[in-house]
Amino acid sequence: MSRSCHHCDEFSRAAMVRRSAAEAGRGLPAIETGMPMPAGTGLDRRTFVTRSFGLALSVYGLGKLKLFDEGIARAASGPAQPVLVSVFLPGGTDSLSVLYPGLDSTYRRLRPQLKLDPAQGQVFSEDNRLYWHPKLGPIATLHAEGKVSVMPAVGYTHPDQSHFTSRHYWEVGATDAGLMSGWMGRYLDHAGTMDNPLQGLSLDYQLQPSLASTKVPVASVATPEDYSFDAPGVWGQVEDRMLDALAPLGSRRSDPFLNQAASTTAQSDRLRRQLAPFGRNNGNGYGSPVSYPEGEFPHQLAGLAAMLAAGLPLRCVAVTAPGEYDTHADQPQALADGLEITSNSLLAFQRDLEARGLAGRVLTLVWSEFGRRAEENGSNGTDHGAAGSGFLIGTSARGQMIGEFPGVDNLDEDGNLRATADFRGIYSSLLEQWLNQDAAAVIPGAGSFQRTPLLK
Amino acid sequence: MAVPVYRGRFGKPQAERLLWRAGFGPRPGEAEKLAKLGLEGAVHKLTNPGRERLRGPKPHDDNGHPLAPFDAYGHDQLWWLDRMVRTSRPLAERMTLIWHDWFATSGDTSNARLMIRQNNLFRRHGLGSFSTLLTEVTRDPAMLLWLSGTDNSKDSPNENYGRELMELFTLGAGRGYSEQDVREQARALTGWRNDWDDNLGPVHFRYDRRRHDGGSKRIFGKRGHFDWKDSCRLCVHHRLHASFFVPKLWSYFIPTPPPRGTQRALQRLYVAHGHQVKPVVASILKHPALYTGPRMVKSPAVYTAGLLRALRRGIDTEAWTWLMQLAGQSLFYPPNVAGWDDTRWLDTATFWARWEIASHAIRKRALDADKAKLPADSVKLTQRAEHFLGNPTVTGHTHAELKRFVKLALSDADDHWKKRSYPALIENALRQLLASSPDLQTS
Repeated sequence: MSRSCHHCDEFSRAAMVRRSAAEAGRGLPAIETGMPMPAGTGLDRRTFVTRSFGLALSVYGLGKLKLFDEGIARAASGPAQPVLVSVFLPGGTDSLSVLYPGLDSTYRRLRPQLKLDPAQGQVFSEDNRLYWHPKLGPIATLHAEGKVSVMPAVGYTHPDQSHFTSRHYWEVGATDAGLMSGWMGRYLDHAGTMDNPLQGLSLDYQLQPSLASTKVPVASVATPEDYSFDAPGVWGQVEDRMLDALAPLGSRRSDPFLNQAASTTAQSDRLRRQLAPFGRNNGNGYGSPVSYPEGEFPHQLAGLAAMLAAGLPLRCVAVTAPGEYDTHADQPQALADGLEITSNSLLAFQRDLEARGLAGRVLTLVWSEFGRRAEENGSNGTDHGAAGSGFLIGTSARGQMIGEFPGVDNLDEDGNLRATADFRGIYSSLLEQWLNQDAAAVIPGAGSFQRTPLLK
Repeated sequence: MAVPVYRGRFGKPQAERLLWRAGFGPRPGEAEKLAKLGLEGAVHKLTNPGRERLRGPKPHDDNGHPLAPFDAYGHDQLWWLDRMVRTSRPLAERMTLIWHDWFATSGDTSNARLMIRQNNLFRRHGLGSFSTLLTEVTRDPAMLLWLSGTDNSKDSPNENYGRELMELFTLGAGRGYSEQDVREQARALTGWRNDWDDNLGPVHFRYDRRRHDGGSKRIFGKRGHFDWKDSCRLCVHHRLHASFFVPKLWSYFIPTPPPRGTQRALQRLYVAHGHQVKPVVASILKHPALYTGPRMVKSPAVYTAGLLRALRRGIDTEAWTWLMQLAGQSLFYPPNVAGWDDTRWLDTATFWARWEIASHAIRKRALDADKAKLPADSVKLTQRAEHFLGNPTVTGHTHAELKRFVKLALSDADDHWKKRSYPALIENALRQLLASSPDLQTS
C-alpha cells in the first residue's frame, strides 16, 4: 500500500471530481429558448406536498407523479427505521495514536520518534492511562456527552495483516475470504424490500462492499444533488419518453452480466426519481442547520442528514473517511490531517442530526481494517498491525468502552496489540439491539461471539 | 489434455466479442474484416500485430494544444486513452492495462514521468516472459516508491513489497507462504535507493549494496544469501505460482472461472513455455468459454475507448479524465495495490458516470432539431442510431425497446413544429440510450 505522502494531490483530485460532477449533473436542462412554455415542451411544473412526510417536492412533468415510486412512498411513510452509518478509515489506523498510553514506558521505548506526550491530548476519562490524539478533540467532546462508545482494541483472532483480506473480513462480517456479500447487504436481504434501493446507500462513486447484497437492490451515489440524466439535443416530451425507456431497458435478461447491467439501469432510474428534490436550488437543497467543514466527506454527511430529514427510507449507509491511514512512513502529519477532518465532520453530522431531531435514529460505526505495529519502523511510520480502534457514535450509544485497552506489555507474537473486542460480536450486537434482527441469519457463527450492551 | 478450442461459427458477433475482450472493441467494419480470417487467423493477427502504428486524429486538449502527459493534470490518462483508441496493436494495449491492474501502482507516490515509464515497460513485456516482467517491475522506480522498495533497507526493513509480491503478484493470499517468508522476502529485497531533487522529485534509482542485507535468509524452506532477483525467481518457480497465474490471467478475458481440465492444461502450457505469457493468452482467446459463455462488463477505460473507436473520434477533450474517474477507473490511479475490482464496475453511481461518458462521446455530433430532416419512421431512426455507433450487435430485447420508445415519442408529435423537430430529438435520444444500454456496457 502506498506511503502517506501526496495527500494534497489526492485532495485536489477529489475536489476536482466534485466540481466536475456538479458541472455534469446540474439537474434538469434549461427549457430551450423559443419553444412554447410550458405545454409545448411537455414540461409541466407542479408542486405537491407528499402525504407522508410533508416535504415539498417540485416535480417536473405530471407523468412523473405516479413514477414517484410506490415502494419508496410506502417505505417512507412507514414507521421511522433505525439507521446505521458505517464510516471506514482506509489503510489501518494506528490505534496507539488514536488513544495513546502517553506515560507508558514500553510505549515510549517502542515509539522513540512517534510517541505523543500526555500534554498533547486530553485524558480519556474511562481509562486514565490513555490520551486522545490531539486532533480527536471533537470525538472527546461527544464522548464527554455520553455519545461515544470507544473500542480501544477491536479485531479478531488470528489477525490477517493484509489490507485486503482484513478489510474484506470486516466488510463481509466473517473471517471468510470466499464470502462475497457484505454484512449490511445480508442484513438488508433479510429486512429490506425489493423496491427500495435507498435502503442500502453507498455514499461514494462506487458501491461499498459491506453493502453488497444478494437479493435486494442497494444504491450508490456520491452526493444526492448530482443525480440526473441529460442527453445532448434531447428535451421536452422526447426527454420524458427517453427516461421512461430506462426501466424497460433495465428489465430482466438471461445472460448474467447483461442482466447485471440491466438491473443497474433499472436501479439508477429508480434512484433518479428519489433524489430529484435535492438538485433544486442549484444543489443547495440540503438546508443544513449547522455548518460543516469544507471537503467531500463532510459534504456527504451533510447530504446524508438532509436525506434522512426528507424522510427518504435509508437503513444502512456506508461512507469512506478522508485521510491516508496506511502510515508506513511520515506518520504524524498524515494521521493528524486525516483524523482532524474526519472528527470535525463527524461532530458536525451529530450536531446536524440533533438540530433536526433525528439523533435518536442514527448510530455511526467508525472502523478501520486493523491497527498498526506497536513498534515504529525506521521510516517514521508503522507497519501493519492487529487490533485497531473503533467508535460507535450516536445519542443512543451507551457511551461506555467496549473491551479494554490491552496494554503494550502483552503484545502478540508479531508485536501487535491484542484484540479485546471482536468485530463480529459488535456486528451481532448491533443487529440485535439496534436493527432488531436475529444476528444468526446475518453473521456466520454469530452464536459464538460475545454480545456487548451497545445502547443506553 | 490440450486446451479446448472453440469450433463453432466465427462470424461478426464472435469477432466483435474477441475484439472487445482482447482490445477496445471494433472500429466500424473491423469485426466483419476480422471474421473473414477465421478464429485461428484472427487470434494470430491479434497476438502478432507487428510494429505499432497510431491511426486517426492526433490527440489534443480542450484548447487544441498537444497533450503534455508529464506536466498537465490528467494528460497522462489522455495519453494512454489515445493509444487505446488509435493503436494498431489492441491486444498489446489491453495487456498493458491488464498488467497495470495486476501490478497496480499509483501515481500518488511518484509522478507522471515515472508512471509512463512503467507503462511502457508493460507495453514492451506485455506478451513476453512473466519472469522478466516481474523482475523489471520489482526494480521499476514507480513501484519502488509505491510499495516502499526504496524505504526497505538492511537497518530498517519494510515488508510492503515483499508481502504484495507474494499475495497479489505471484502466489495469492495465504497460498504457500508464511509471515516468516514475508519478513525474509523483505530482507532479500533490501538495497534499493533513490535521491530527491527539488525540481524533478525522486531521481537516480539504483541498487546500493551497502543497504542490502547480505545475510542468510530462509524463504519457502530454502536457505541462501538471497537478493531481489532471487526473490522474484523463488516466487515464479514456487509450486503454487502457475495455479495463481492462470486463473488470474484468465479472469481478465472470461468472467467465469476456467474449467479444471482447462486450468491444468494452461498451467502446463505456461510452465512448459518457460513462463511466457503469449501462448497462454492465445489459448484463452481461442477457448470455447470466450464465445459461448456469458458476456463481460466493460471497464470504464474499455467502454470509453471503445465508444471513441466506434465513432472514429480522437482525443479532443480533457473531459475523459474526470468522467473515467467518476466511472471508477482513473488510469495510473488504481484504488489500491490490488487494482480494480472487476466484479464491481456497475452500480447506480458508475452507471450515471457511464451515461455521462456516452453523452460526451456523442455530444459534438448531436443533431439540430431546427435543421435536421429525418423520417418519422421507427425502423429507419433506430437503424440510423445503430449505424452511428458502428452497427454493434444488439440483443432483440434492446432493439425492440428502442423501437418502442421511438413509436411512443413519435406519437406525441401532435402539431406541426413537433412533427418537424421530434425525429431529430428522438434520434439524439436513441444514440444516448443505445450507447449507454446494457448491451454496450457489456461484451
